[in-house]
Amino acid sequence: MRKGQTVPPTSERTRTRGAPLSLGDRLFAGSATGAGVLILLVLAGVAAFLVAEAWPALTASEDEIPGGEGLVLYIWPLLLGTLLSATLALLMAAPLAVAIALFVTHYAPRRLAAPLGYIIDLLAAVPSIIYGLWGFSVLAPQTVSPSGWLAENLGWIPFFAGPASSTGRTMLTAAIVLAVMILPIITAVIREAFLQTPRLHEEASWALGATRWEMIRLSVLPFGRSSMIGGSMLGLGRALGETMAVAIVLSVSADAFSFNLISSSNVATIAANIALKFPESSGVAVNVLIASGLVLFVVTLLVNMGARAVINRRREFSGAN
Amino acid sequence: MTSLTKTPTPQDLPAVSDVPLTHGSLPRRAAPLTLLGSVLAGLLLFVLDWSPAWCALLAAAGYTLTVYLWSRRVEGSRKATDRVVTAIVTSAFLLALLPLVSVLITVVGKGLARFDATFFTNSMRGVVGEGGGVHHAIMGTLIITGLAALISVPVGILTAIYLVEYGRGRLARYITFFVDVMTGIPSIVAGLFAYALFELFYGPGVRMGIMGAVALSVLMIPIVVRATEEMLKLVPNELREAAFALAVPKWLTILKVVLPTALAGIATGVTLAIARVIGETAPLLIAVGITTGDNFDPFDGRMATLSVFSYYEYVSPGVPPEPSLDRAWSAAFLLIIIVMALNLVARLVSRLFAPKTRA
Repeated sequence: MRKGQTVPPTSERTRTRGAPLSLGDRLFAGSATGAGVLILLVLAGVAAFLVAEAWPALTASEDEIPGGEGLVLYIWPLLLGTLLSATLALLMAAPLAVAIALFVTHYAPRRLAAPLGYIIDLLAAVPSIIYGLWGFSVLAPQTVSPSGWLAENLGWIPFFAGPASSTGRTMLTAAIVLAVMILPIITAVIREAFLQTPRLHEEASWALGATRWEMIRLSVLPFGRSSMIGGSMLGLGRALGETMAVAIVLSVSADAFSFNLISSSNVATIAANIALKFPESSGVAVNVLIASGLVLFVVTLLVNMGARAVINRRREFSGAN
Repeated sequence: MTSLTKTPTPQDLPAVSDVPLTHGSLPRRAAPLTLLGSVLAGLLLFVLDWSPAWCALLAAAGYTLTVYLWSRRVEGSRKATDRVVTAIVTSAFLLALLPLVSVLITVVGKGLARFDATFFTNSMRGVVGEGGGVHHAIMGTLIITGLAALISVPVGILTAIYLVEYGRGRLARYITFFVDVMTGIPSIVAGLFAYALFELFYGPGVRMGIMGAVALSVLMIPIVVRATEEMLKLVPNELREAAFALAVPKWLTILKVVLPTALAGIATGVTLAIARVIGETAPLLIAVGITTGDNFDPFDGRMATLSVFSYYEYVSPGVPPEPSLDRAWSAAFLLIIIVMALNLVARLVSRLFAPKTRA
């Protein structure tokens, strides 16, 4: 062997990389990777196509936009309406979800825990259109007299300024329906975390003579804190994008946003507005709706990424493993 | 030892009888009896023609207050708080059951009106007022959901295989994260995506069944990935190693060992994913629209689907509105039956075909 010539690789190198891949292996690994990459492409595609279709609305003159005041002023009240209804729904659903998760994991008999959790999951199985019909025909009439009372007695609070709607198709009703719809997902996340509370923490509390509530406050709730936050944010994301229930329940007649929860003139949410207007729209109006959908997409994306980041951080640092 | 010899004088200590070694506690039947009492009081109010909501609320509040005061007097404030929290947590659970029960009762009650033969065999072509059926919408829903499953099941399962069996490093982390994020895409945005995609090729105003299938698969893929991933992770590593030891190539190991082991779980996950998207309305409203007649070709124009049919019958009824509303509720009922049946099937599959883990 001449000096300077590189030694041909010994079998050492090939052995660490395994036997040469067969055709089947390469095909299989390739298609699996391809599927994974496809998902990333789809997500990028969603953003790209929405931007492409929203572009004409961004460049259109103010008169062409429905409402005649430009794109920003068209979307802004809708965005506020979306945020208002979703926040309200979250305020109602989050405490309830914590209580339900506690009931299922720490109060109900152990044997019943799984079936009870399943019943709550059934709430998520009901299609949104059915929640819409239910909210419209059952829930809305029930809210008429309470909201009348609210308008009469608490009218000085801007939320209840009135005049109260006579159909009950108010922001409040929509928020209640949304709260019911997001309850299962928040409960599921929190329940998962509560079940993972280290057994030793709980038993240490019991050993110190804590009552059940003290045990929960000292060991279960602190452990589940980031899951409560993350689950709530996931629920918020759901509520932001929920369409049909709001489109059916809410009576939409106003162009300006207001905090009034019990009147019959409301601005729509972004999603509901798209569902209501899209089938009959053409030309730039379609592009405007897609632009509003893009805004919704970005908002929910941010909320969901935040939620996942919070939940995943708990996984890494919880010490439960 | 001197310190021990100094015993406290009797004056330093309270009399033995004054220091209870045990706490007082409510009689065992106290809580159930109070509950019974509040329920009876609630029923009395109900008989006196109060609204059910108020009766339930007052009964719950009455129970909580009575138990709190009683327990506080006998057992002290810590136990009293504990009892109150128990009451609150339990009522929260019952409160959550309320909408579920109410929805089911409403849908069953109103939906039965049109469960007749015509409803399942006819379409809406030329129907004004009474009559008409949803045959076209049932077929549309099945075709579009089937196509969506056809797209998302292979992609979803392959992605899960990548994540569990192959994925290392940054790409796998990105995919996991974005699959999670993708579960949160609003359904209407998925519909807009399908519309925007197809508009580029077919021009404005395009509506096709396949667009609905694409929109639904955007929603369905992440669910399938998650479910499959969970199941593949449960497959014991020993099985893989045993196959490798017999010199079975990796792809064959996955195909013949890993997937069959996890098959029941994957089938459950796929069924649940189908149940989740079959009731979707918003994306189909955008991408597929509605039609009155039979159209079973997903590549040619508008199709009818159960959910969108129900929506349109409800928001734009004819004159008189009753026949339309009946059809809307019956379609909704049919939808809920399908969804619940799929959920049930998923449960059964996971129970019946799960690999026996116990030796």
